[in-house]
Amino acid sequence: MTLQKGKVFKYGRDVNTDVIIPARYMSTQNPKELAAKCMEDLDPDFAIKVREGDVIIAEQNFGCGSSREHAPIAIKASGVTCIVANFFARIFFRNAINIGLPVFEIPEMTDDFKTGDAIEYDIEKGYFKNLRSGNTFQAKPFSPEVQEIFKAGGLIQYIRNQVK
Amino acid sequence: MNLTEQFLAYASGKNKVEPGDIVTVYPDIMMGNDVTASLAIKILNDAGLDKFHDINKMFIVMSHYVPNKDIKTSEMTLLCREFAKKHSLPHYFEAGKGGIEHALLPDEGYVVPGDIIIGADSHSCTYGAIHTFATGIGSTDLAAAWVTGKIWLKVPKSIKAVFHGIPKNPWTSAKDLVLHLIKEIGDDGATYMAIEYHGDAITNLSAEGKLTIANMAIEAGAKNAVFPYDKSIEDYEKSRAKRQFKHFEIDRTAKFDRVYEWNVENLEPQISFPHLPSLAQPVSKVMAQKIKIDQVFIGSCTNAKMEDLRIAAKILKDKKLAPWVRGVAIPASQKIYLEALKEGIIETFIKAGFSTTGGTCGPCLGGHYGIVGPGETMLSTSNRNFVGRTGHPKGQTYLCNPAVAAASAVAGYIVDPREIAG
Repeated sequence: MTLQKGKVFKYGRDVNTDVIIPARYMSTQNPKELAAKCMEDLDPDFAIKVREGDVIIAEQNFGCGSSREHAPIAIKASGVTCIVANFFARIFFRNAINIGLPVFEIPEMTDDFKTGDAIEYDIEKGYFKNLRSGNTFQAKPFSPEVQEIFKAGGLIQYIRNQVK
Repeated sequence: MNLTEQFLAYASGKNKVEPGDIVTVYPDIMMGNDVTASLAIKILNDAGLDKFHDINKMFIVMSHYVPNKDIKTSEMTLLCREFAKKHSLPHYFEAGKGGIEHALLPDEGYVVPGDIIIGADSHSCTYGAIHTFATGIGSTDLAAAWVTGKIWLKVPKSIKAVFHGIPKNPWTSAKDLVLHLIKEIGDDGATYMAIEYHGDAITNLSAEGKLTIANMAIEAGAKNAVFPYDKSIEDYEKSRAKRQFKHFEIDRTAKFDRVYEWNVENLEPQISFPHLPSLAQPVSKVMAQKIKIDQVFIGSCTNAKMEDLRIAAKILKDKKLAPWVRGVAIPASQKIYLEALKEGIIETFIKAGFSTTGGTCGPCLGGHYGIVGPGETMLSTSNRNFVGRTGHPKGQTYLCNPAVAAASAVAGYIVDPREIAG
């Protein structure tokens, strides 16, 4: 079990990819530059406060709107190791999995957390513990297709293995 | 099977599929734009992948930040241009020679009924209007699909949306049907699902009207939108289709997860308030609020096709914008721009006081050509009004149909088109 610790950034419903990374910053593909502007229109403090190992927890429909993969890239490069939401918008879910950013749908978990909570978690096991409330949560396992992509470290690595 | 299931069963070589099944399909078209394709190309270059399954199915359309808006975007388009040249891609559309992908590809017959289409742009669901299975993906999925020729998809549950009746308000349009749908089911009401459209109000629409409705399926979170093959699609394809095409019949035993029926006889033009498409209100209620506007945008993949421009021009003919209103009109493709020019529509826009250009997304995504300033209010025929989407995060964008946009540009406030055009 690889336990990690971090703090939580908690957001509401319908966090769209335009606020995760506004189009005015999308003229770069550099993950670090994107991360510096991540969440600017929703939470201007995010990019300043976020640290390696932190977790985003949100309500329903996280990542809705534009298909821009710059959104999960920005979040991943910011140091956030995974996102938990009630559920994700479809394209964002695929994009996150494809770039190797773990995303978990655990609707019963989101109400238990608020911004700043300390969290202990194990990504491989889909295990989460709120160190403030003491409550623990377990994600359902991914579908076999998604697990394959995860194991390879992302879709490109997965198809590279296939092409070889 | 419902239409989405028929498409995915056929494409994956199965007799039957059910929601939740994972299928592998070989799409007919795999498309990206300057923003998403440039990222896909970077991913491919970084991974050293440069062999592709079928270059005839790879489409790259320069649409979002074109013509280059600054040095950084010039580097993005350069990446696409060099890639297209290196691999001799037959379907690379340069700025000035194409337009917004979702108008260009159906209007110029590249997308045809029966196709399976994946596009690295969320509005790729648009093509479902002309009886295709079409869905949005990201750049990594696009890069992988270009290499392998295939993609895995989960068969979605389907919603059946049935619209009845002829709206009494002559200015109620396809846009209002879809804003009504999003208001009713919510911004996440169709997440992971297909929406299949039925009813006489749908049959009565032109193919262009259907394209407007399919375009905004993603605004309810849908995976895809699909329309039954009908006479309007048949007529649309006559002068357009570049390939042989096929269609699927309606199966009366098809299963749907949810069914909605709406009578649209009393449906007024709808206005979506900041900052969600679902926050739609009928124009009569909105008029009472006297919402003053700084800018009107007639454009985007949602509402800048010939039918949309003709409606706007009909209202704007021999009229002027209110003194405090800036107008921006961007026909969705170069072909449409030229057609509008020949019909005198562009002249009408310019005489009314609009800035015009063609074939770019413009302020819809806050790209360029009409960015909204702090505290400003824009009325737009586009598809999203999220915080910061169209420019400054303190800007306010309202969504509407082209008739409301044109009439309100003249009035200076959001109005029912009947106030200006009778």
